[in-house]
Parts: sequence; C-alpha cells; structure tokens
Amino acid sequence: MMAMVQPRNLKYRVWAARIVMILLLCLVMFPFLMILSVSFRTGNFATGSLIPENPSLEHWAMVLGFEYTAADGSVVKPTFPVLTWLWNSLKVSFTTSALILMLSTTGAYAFARLRFRFKNHLLTSMMILQMFPAVLALVAFHAFFNKLGGVVPWLGLNTHSALVMSYLGGITMHIWLIKGYFESIDVALEESAYIDGATPWQAFRYILLPLSVPILAVVFVLSFIGVIGEYPIASVLLQGVDQLTLAVGMKQFLYAQNYLWGDFAAAAILTGMPITVVFLMAQRYLVNGLTAGGVKG
Amino acid sequence: MTIPANVRALLSGNGPKWALVALIDLALLYVIALLYFQGEILFPLTLLVLGSLGTWIFTSKCGYNYRYVYPCLLGIIMFIVFPMAYTFSISFTNYGSANILSLERVKEIHLNKLVKTGDHTYTLALFQHNNQFQLQLTDKNDSHSIYTSDTFVLNGDLTEVSARSGAHAKGNKLSMREVVKQRSALGSVAVILEDDTRLVMSSLREFSAMAPQYREQSNDYLVEIKTGDILRPDMTTGFYVTEAGEQVAPGFSVYIGGDNYNRLVTDKGIREPFFKIFVWTVVFSAGSVLFCLVIGLLLANLMQWEPLRERGIYRVLLILPYAVPAFISILIFKGLFNQNFGEINMILEGLFGISPEWMTNPTFARAMILIVNTWLGYPYMMIVCMGLLKAIPDDLYEASAIDGANPIHNLLYITLPNIAKPLAPILIASFAFNFNNFVLIDLLTAGGPMMPGTTTAAGFTDLLVNFTFRTAFVAGQDFGLASAIATMIFLIVGFISWVNLRATRSSQEY
Repeated sequence: MMAMVQPRNLKYRVWAARIVMILLLCLVMFPFLMILSVSFRTGNFATGSLIPENPSLEHWAMVLGFEYTAADGSVVKPTFPVLTWLWNSLKVSFTTSALILMLSTTGAYAFARLRFRFKNHLLTSMMILQMFPAVLALVAFHAFFNKLGGVVPWLGLNTHSALVMSYLGGITMHIWLIKGYFESIDVALEESAYIDGATPWQAFRYILLPLSVPILAVVFVLSFIGVIGEYPIASVLLQGVDQLTLAVGMKQFLYAQNYLWGDFAAAAILTGMPITVVFLMAQRYLVNGLTAGGVKG
Repeated sequence: MTIPANVRALLSGNGPKWALVALIDLALLYVIALLYFQGEILFPLTLLVLGSLGTWIFTSKCGYNYRYVYPCLLGIIMFIVFPMAYTFSISFTNYGSANILSLERVKEIHLNKLVKTGDHTYTLALFQHNNQFQLQLTDKNDSHSIYTSDTFVLNGDLTEVSARSGAHAKGNKLSMREVVKQRSALGSVAVILEDDTRLVMSSLREFSAMAPQYREQSNDYLVEIKTGDILRPDMTTGFYVTEAGEQVAPGFSVYIGGDNYNRLVTDKGIREPFFKIFVWTVVFSAGSVLFCLVIGLLLANLMQWEPLRERGIYRVLLILPYAVPAFISILIFKGLFNQNFGEINMILEGLFGISPEWMTNPTFARAMILIVNTWLGYPYMMIVCMGLLKAIPDDLYEASAIDGANPIHNLLYITLPNIAKPLAPILIASFAFNFNNFVLIDLLTAGGPMMPGTTTAAGFTDLLVNFTFRTAFVAGQDFGLASAIATMIFLIVGFISWVNLRATRSSQEY
C-alpha cells in the first residue's frame, strides 16, 4: 500500500474523518453508557447526569436476588427471578446447541461425502426452506404443542423440552457451514481407511470428526448465541414466570403499569455482557457462515 | 416353526438396535393413536409417515446412506415444513378461542354436565373434629329433616359417605369462609341418604341430587334427558345447536372453507388495516435496508482507509450494536424513548424544548422504529461491505488517483459497480429479514399506537407478522384468520426468495 498515490491535503481529511467517527461513536455508544449509568441510580424513575450523583447498588442487589436495605431503612425485595431466567436460557441453549450439532454434523457428512438419490433436490429445497423463518408459523407451533401436550405432558406448552424441539428446524445454516468445511478436507484419508475395511460410520467418527473440531466449536457457539436471543417462539410457548427465558422475561421490567427502568438496566448489563463477549469472539465466523449459505450455494 | 438362520444372525448381531427401533416405534404409535382419537389428522399422519420412513431407513440395508440425512431432515420437516402446512390447514378452520376444542372433547364436556333432579335441596354445614369432617344437611323446604353424615377425610379424593337423620355431628361448625376454602375438596364428596338418594354439591351452600344433563345418541347427537330435546353438532359453525337453533357453548373447531380468506378480502375493517400494514411493512423493510446500507458502506470505506491508523478500535466499537443481543438493546431503546421518563426526550427537551410523542404518534413511532433498526442493522452491512471491498483490486484506485479522481468518483465509478452484484442477494435477504422483523416491533412498540375503527385490532407500526401475532395471541385468539394472514406472508416470502435465488445465480455467474 505504500505505493498508493497520496493526496496533498491528507492530514486534514484524516482529522475530519476522526471527528466524524468520534461523533458517530458517541451516538452508537449512547444507549450503553446510559444504561450503565441508570443501573447505579437510586430508584426506578431517577433522572440525572451520566455519572450518578448518589450511586446505589439496589438494582444490582435485586437482579442477583438479594434484598436491599435502602438508606432510609426500607427493604427492597427482588421483583423478578432474573437468575432463574438466566439458568433457563443457558439450559435451553446448551441442550439445543448440542442437539443441533449432532443433527447438522451427520447431515453435513452425508451431503458432503455420501451418494444417494434426491441429494441435489434436498439441497435445493433446504435453500428455499431456510428463507421461511419460524416466526411465520407461530400459530402452528402453539397449536402443535398444545395438542402434543394433551398426549405427552412433558412436551406441552410451557415446557422447556417443547422449546428445545421447536428450535431443531433451524439447522440449515449450520449444515452449509459444516458441509463447506468437510469438503475442504482431503478425501484421501477416508479412502485409505475404506481400503483398510472401515465402514462409513468409522470413517466419519474416527477420521473426519477429529479433523473438524474447530468448525464444530464454531457451530456450537453460533447456535448458542442464536438460541439464547430467540424471542418469538419462546414468547408463544412459555407462560409461567419461572419458566421464562431471558429473552422473554426481560420485557416484563418495562410494562407501563410496572416500570422498573433501573432494575432493567442492571439485569440487561448482567445478562447482556457475557453474550456480547462470546459474540464478539465468534463474529468473524458468523459473518462467514451467513454469507456462505447464500453465495457458495 | 424354526427361525431361518439369516434372521437369527441378524437378530443376534443387532439385537439392541432392533429393540430400540421397536421401542421407539411403539411409543410413536401410541402417541399417533392418541392424537388420532383426539380428532387430529394432519399431525398424526405426518408422524406416521416420518416414523415409518425412519424405521425403514434404520433397518434396511438400502437405506444406509439416508441414516445420516434422516435426523436433520426430520428436524427440518417437523419444524419448518410441517408448521407451514399446519398453518395452511388451520387457515381453513374456525380454530380460535370460541372454538378451540375438538368435537370429541366438547361432547365429553356436555356429557359430564350435571343437572338437579328431585325437588329436595339441602343446605350444608361442615363440622370438623381433628382431621375428621362431618356434613350436616338440612332440607331447605323442611327444616326438621336433618341428615348427618359419617365422618370422612377431606383430601380431594372421590369419597362416598352415608348419612342418617337424627345423628349428631362432633366438633366445631366451620364458618362460611372456611367452607369456601374446602370447596373443591367438597366437590368430590357424595352423600348417600337412607333411601339411597345420592347427593352432591350443587352450589357453594347446597347439596342436592344430580344427574347427567345429556345422554349420547348416534352420530354425535345429544339428547337432553329431562326434556327429550335433541342437540345437533353443526359442522358449519362448530357449535352444538338446539332444535330451536340456539348455540350451546363451548364450540369445536371445524373446516369452514375459504371464509377466513373471504373476510380478508370483503370485510372492510380487516382489508384496510391489512393493506395499510402491508404498505408499511414494505416501506419499513426497504427503508431499513437503504439506511443500513448507506451507513454501513460509508463506514466500511472508512474502515479500509489506511491513513486512519486507529481504525481497529473504531471497528470493534462500531460492531457493538450487532453483538449485544437484540432483545436487550431493543428494550434499552424502549426505555430511552419513553415519553415521560425517557432520557432521549429529556435531552431533546433540554436542548430544543421539544418532546416528541414517540409511543403515541404514528409518524414519530415509525421514525423511532427506523432509527432503532438502523442502529441495530448497520454493523452487519458494514462487515459484509468490508469483505466485498477487500476483493476489489487496489490498482483500480491507484489508476483513478493518478487521474485525479476524488473519493466520490471512486465510490460511484469503482466501488459501487464492483460490489453491486455480490451485494444484491445480501440486500434481498436483509429485506426479507426485516419484512419479518417481529422482535423489533413487538419489543419496541408492540405495534402501537392502535388504528381506530378496525374489526380486528391493528396497530400503526405493526408489520404483517406482528398483525398475525396480534390476531392470534393478543386480541381474541382468532387462530383461523391469523393463519390465513400467515399464509399470505408465506406467498410473499416465497416470491422474495425466488427473486433472491435468481439474484444469487446471477452473482455466481459474475
């Protein structure tokens, strides 16, 4: 890049860009800074400057499930079981991601390596089907689990197992991702295994899988992030306060008749922070995966 | 009969596998049968087909290669294809809060209804002695005929106790409030009088002799035992009707043909909001894509600009809105935009003396949604554009710099033409995503403010998906109509993805 022809007024341009950037970043960061400040303010309707005048830990205590004794001696009790919601979210996300990993790995193996009829038809239909998000069929999901619950109670509405099951349709993107990775691995290794008398399962289990650990980790993290932030299906299937996941529970802080802005702020930071960190670490792969399905086909 | 050798070998080698398949199939058949007897058709049929297919694949040698695809196809079929088909089939029914049960269940409810028989009604008094209870029943018309029951335990189990006249009750008489507490447990106590009359609780204070109101006739008809009136299930409205034509709740769901679609087209109170919402959905999606693209592309250019040395830091900070889970950042904005205590209006009030009604004025609400969605969506466009910009050869810019081009020339004549084709499918996908951006609207405005004068509730900021959701779950559970709207969205999304496939193909040719 050193050979690039540089215009003469470069210095001013850089400074102009810098100022625009900083102004823009102020706008982008405003909500985050604000919410951090709100989480330390006293009470739920307090206003004030960005740095709170009388910082208080009441909202943080509430989120962590402790009672908080305010300066005037009154005791503030926790309103919502935020930690239970976090636990529910983690439980659902872990189970779903593990299942998704199993389904999409075996599927991707078949699409990448095995020969069978209708393979191309199946691939094309998968391409088309992934355009229809589950949010369009919320009525069906509700009716489906309502009726299934009449027969198998642990798969009915308001159960986590129903939620996990309903997420199992969202595997197409992961299949593309793993399939692409499998195809980049040389077939020679597996072929020599076949010569030694290995079955397809052994070739898959003992040769291909150990070579693919990185992509499996990526898929696990990606699906984890996707599930933990999933809102529409969870909001239809889950009803009891103790069954909710974070994504559904968080909005309960901001009902007009029960407006808990400060408590929300603390809960948002506590739960949003870890997810954000994981996402930032994985985002490089996420974008690759999102574009891989569309561009590579 | 002896077992052939090859079968025996198969059984000995794969014994556990066969047992597992048989076990799963048995469980599946049980569920299928139960669902079928509940009056379901599509659901058990799908399970049956998928179950048999799975059994064949996992037991036959020909199916070997399919064993790897079957699990993921199962997920896709059960939770993408089936819900769509199911939605389509619900759109032809009156399934909804008034008609939520199956005919079998409704018949069962009617058959369990009890009516008073005989003329005697008895006022109840409940006595407690330690854990033992006794009922004292006084005839309402004849205060001298008093029956006292044997002692019994109140634990909600069905119990029968006999009662005699002239016996005395032990313990304390419970107050009305305490009786109310035991209401549901008392409901399962039957009292048998000396003349074998069986009394059950008929109201909060009374016991009387009760008998079923209806008995079953053929063809799901019901006969009212006392009067001989016939109740007929009306398969067009989904209600039992009397001979006089009165409907008896609860209703059951039936196929009603294209009525829901008909309502979408003919009912002005549904058609007009539907059309308005459709237009807003398109405007919203196109606007979001446009704003995100403009900001994302400009930032991507800046992020690739060598002289801006600290751009690595900018990049991480700029991606933050994309990294924070949407359900959190949308709710943060909901709070910040709050009209009364929101920080944004506080700042605007302080600086310019204005406080826009973000939540109650349709125009401001829509503007707010676009602002928030641009904030949420530009990082993705930025990341994508950065990837595409990298692919443009540097010598193009070298050459233009020698020719004295300014950055705007570069953008218009080099950058845009080079990224247009690969960008097209991404823009269409982003349009499709925003077209169904349920989460943003539901968490930010929940569709409000409401449109006045509509048949089913509709909001000014509702997208089509949110309108479906509102019809199905918020305003009166009209699942049939909601499914009809959802089916329309399927068609629109199908069209968009067809366009997308074509765009993808042409970008691959490129």
